[in-house]
Amino acid sequence: MLTTFPRLLLKHATERATAPAMREKEYGIWQTHTWADMAALVEQVACGLHQAGLRRGEHMIIVGANRPRLYATMLAAQSLGAIPVPLYQDAVAAECVFPINNAEVRFALVEDQEQVDKMLEIRDRCPQLSNIFFDDPRGLRNYMEEGLAGLDELIGAGAAFSKEHPDFFKGEIDKVQAADVAAMFFTSGTTGNPKGVVHTHGTLIDRAQAGAEFDKLTGDEEVLAYLPPAWIGQNIFSYAQWLVCGYVVNCPESAATVTIDLKEIGPTYYFAPPRVFEGLLTSVMIRMEDAGALKRKMFHAFMDVAKRVGPARMDGKSIGFGNALMYWLGNLLVYGPLRNNLGMSRVRVAYTAGEAIGPDLFSFYRSIGINLKQLYGSTETAVFVCLQPDHEARADTVGVPCRGVEIKVADNGEILVKSPGLLREYYKNPEATAEVLTADGWYHTSDAGFLDAHGHLKIIDRVKDVGRIKGGANDGAMFAPKYVENKLKFFPQIKEVVAYGDQREKVCVMINIDFDAVGNWAERQNLPYAGYTDLAQKPEVYQLIKECVEKVNADLSIDALLAGSQVSRFLVLHKELDADDGELTRTNKVRRGFIAEKYLPLVDALYGGKTEQYIETVVKFEDGRTGSVSATLKISDAKTFAPVKAAA
Amino acid sequence: MSKKIGDVILDVKNISLRFGGVKALTDISFNVKEHEIRAIIGPNGAGKSSMLNCINGVYTPSEGSITFRGKTFSHMNSRQVAEMGVARTFQNLALFKGMSVIDNIMTGRNLKIRSNLFMQALRIGPAEKEEIRHREHVEHIIDFLEIQAFRKTPVGQLPYGLQKRVDLGRALAMEPQVLLLDEPMAGMNVEEKQDMCRFVLDVNDEFGTTIVLIEHDMGVVMDISDRVVVLDYGKKIGDGTPEEVRSNEDVISAYLGTSH
Repeated sequence: MLTTFPRLLLKHATERATAPAMREKEYGIWQTHTWADMAALVEQVACGLHQAGLRRGEHMIIVGANRPRLYATMLAAQSLGAIPVPLYQDAVAAECVFPINNAEVRFALVEDQEQVDKMLEIRDRCPQLSNIFFDDPRGLRNYMEEGLAGLDELIGAGAAFSKEHPDFFKGEIDKVQAADVAAMFFTSGTTGNPKGVVHTHGTLIDRAQAGAEFDKLTGDEEVLAYLPPAWIGQNIFSYAQWLVCGYVVNCPESAATVTIDLKEIGPTYYFAPPRVFEGLLTSVMIRMEDAGALKRKMFHAFMDVAKRVGPARMDGKSIGFGNALMYWLGNLLVYGPLRNNLGMSRVRVAYTAGEAIGPDLFSFYRSIGINLKQLYGSTETAVFVCLQPDHEARADTVGVPCRGVEIKVADNGEILVKSPGLLREYYKNPEATAEVLTADGWYHTSDAGFLDAHGHLKIIDRVKDVGRIKGGANDGAMFAPKYVENKLKFFPQIKEVVAYGDQREKVCVMINIDFDAVGNWAERQNLPYAGYTDLAQKPEVYQLIKECVEKVNADLSIDALLAGSQVSRFLVLHKELDADDGELTRTNKVRRGFIAEKYLPLVDALYGGKTEQYIETVVKFEDGRTGSVSATLKISDAKTFAPVKAAA
Repeated sequence: MSKKIGDVILDVKNISLRFGGVKALTDISFNVKEHEIRAIIGPNGAGKSSMLNCINGVYTPSEGSITFRGKTFSHMNSRQVAEMGVARTFQNLALFKGMSVIDNIMTGRNLKIRSNLFMQALRIGPAEKEEIRHREHVEHIIDFLEIQAFRKTPVGQLPYGLQKRVDLGRALAMEPQVLLLDEPMAGMNVEEKQDMCRFVLDVNDEFGTTIVLIEHDMGVVMDISDRVVVLDYGKKIGDGTPEEVRSNEDVISAYLGTSH
């Protein structure tokens, strides 16, 4: 059935007016907004925006965390036929300039003073930005800037307007069609300006439904919305599927309280990128190391049981009576309380996506009885392309194509997708659109991969990043940088990796240690250190990292395709790679080319055979100031292994 | 950005304070206007905390008078001062370490609670309703100070910077007209100081609370205060806007020392 988001809202508001739609923790209590409340709020905001002059087809930016009133404003804009454009709330002011000017934005709704300051800072570069509304008035009492107003005032004006024109809101909603543009998401892109991905009501709703059918989601699900709404993943889970299924979206009190709120809500449908799962596991492990001897022993004994039989059990296979009994006991003593502590007691379906997840990490969650699965998709495909069925979750694949999706592998190994959820275009960028969306309707994902024997999709790397080793012992071998980086990142001690090797004779990597994990390890070794930079350069840490690199090399040597990608030399960076310094994208992907330029002396030293190299780097702090860090970095060699040929 | 500074709310006249033969304060006079941020600075032992303790009713001045909202008094106890709407924070954090953040801030509501101990213990009469009302107020303060994540954490487990915030929260719970802050940024790192500055400015801005603060960090004082009093050896050596004080010869010599 073809419908739009505002119509879905009205449907819920009439059919189940008193059912909860959203909750927000405020002043220590979960405040519930019913569907009727939500519809009334959206009507008022929409009327207010109409009076303020928001026109059909116009873009409006929304900047802030997950707040019911921000989501209501997205719905209000859509009700008027305008297009909400969520932007990342942690982006620095300068990063907002391009999207605002690209989409000719006049209207903005921002969360608080921090975001208002950002908008005012860039106002001279975005002269058309005329109306800035804010949700939280704190600290803004004395701001007298023109065009700045509180959302409360807007709602007040809207309420008066809707009293005089009671049919206006419904009339406007009727004018909006499924083929109209519903939202635009800016993709961070590893090079150049961000691109605005244009989605219609039809594309987003179709994919939201496909995902909901796949996992049999109902209106009874509980979801915690804690990732940036500007990211399409969060937008699908807490907006598109929220309206499609009619479940409850819970907004945490603040970023600092997410883990507490997670426990209180106990979501049934959960989504997190791998790094969140990794963070949770690390904190469990660290706390476990501090527990009493008996508890520790019990934990490790039962985790061994879980590791042995848990994954098979989750795949629905029989594990035998003895194992089942041990698992039952373990569930009583360890897994159950652990799930509860993680806030995942009620999780029915949990997804991870965005990056590859480590096999140990993945099976840890599955082994303690959490139905963690992977999915494959992107902003351009409105998320859902491939999903893992409940009993077929594996760490190295991303699932089977879901309803409506066709997949084809091009000659160069690129995965092509055809689906009803594909983007309409990149906004005002026909060249970029033509590059990814061919006339025959295939979307070029720029991911290299293949469908395995069971019909599951396996991703290797970005097509453009897959390179060749040139010269040396492995001349002509395939080099997949991300594959190597991910294998290294699966070690908890390693946070970020950048690998080089294309058109070079060997593979070299730069590594970021995980400060929490390595710091904790150092304390246990009685190894004193003065901070990140100091810790990173300790010979003991180099030895630790070297062991990780060599394990990866041993692993790679078995892979016929990628044996040539073994790492010959590595160094540990003196500072954490950071999105504020442009080294990572806002979604935390490494910008390999940029890093190579920025740290050119290091790359030269890696390939030039030096054993150490001095480097000075400018860093940008969150408040916009800059400083610099300098260090002399050691460079270490790693052992590589002869490729193991499969027995003929 | 402009805020409205009102009339004199607190007028300190010719205050002297002696402990036996030691003269802690000698003939100090200054005033505080409504809605302003007034700093008291001076080297160690200059008498800053003693001055605050006189206003606060902890010490009784040997001479002089204090006029608060038109009422003049030469001595009164700290409870009376609190009832008049003057709250304070402490240099050395007099928090209840074993109690949660909520309970600590709740103690600041003590003067506002009308039901007696017996009613509160048995939750009879209006006690429960009253508690909910006060708890709501406390939650607003928690939200204001952004300490939601530590609501139920015992205060003793919190880092120092957060304890300072709780201390401020407890003072705010009294809904004071005048807030006395005794070295609110002492012992904090740069980031914590910036946060605290923002909270002090926000309190002043949102609630219109008049603030008298003692502070050592000159950068902070010059940035956030409207007027500054400078004490040295119990005597007032300067009074005026940050710019005036900065160029005052006596102040410069008190801080940098002079050759005699």
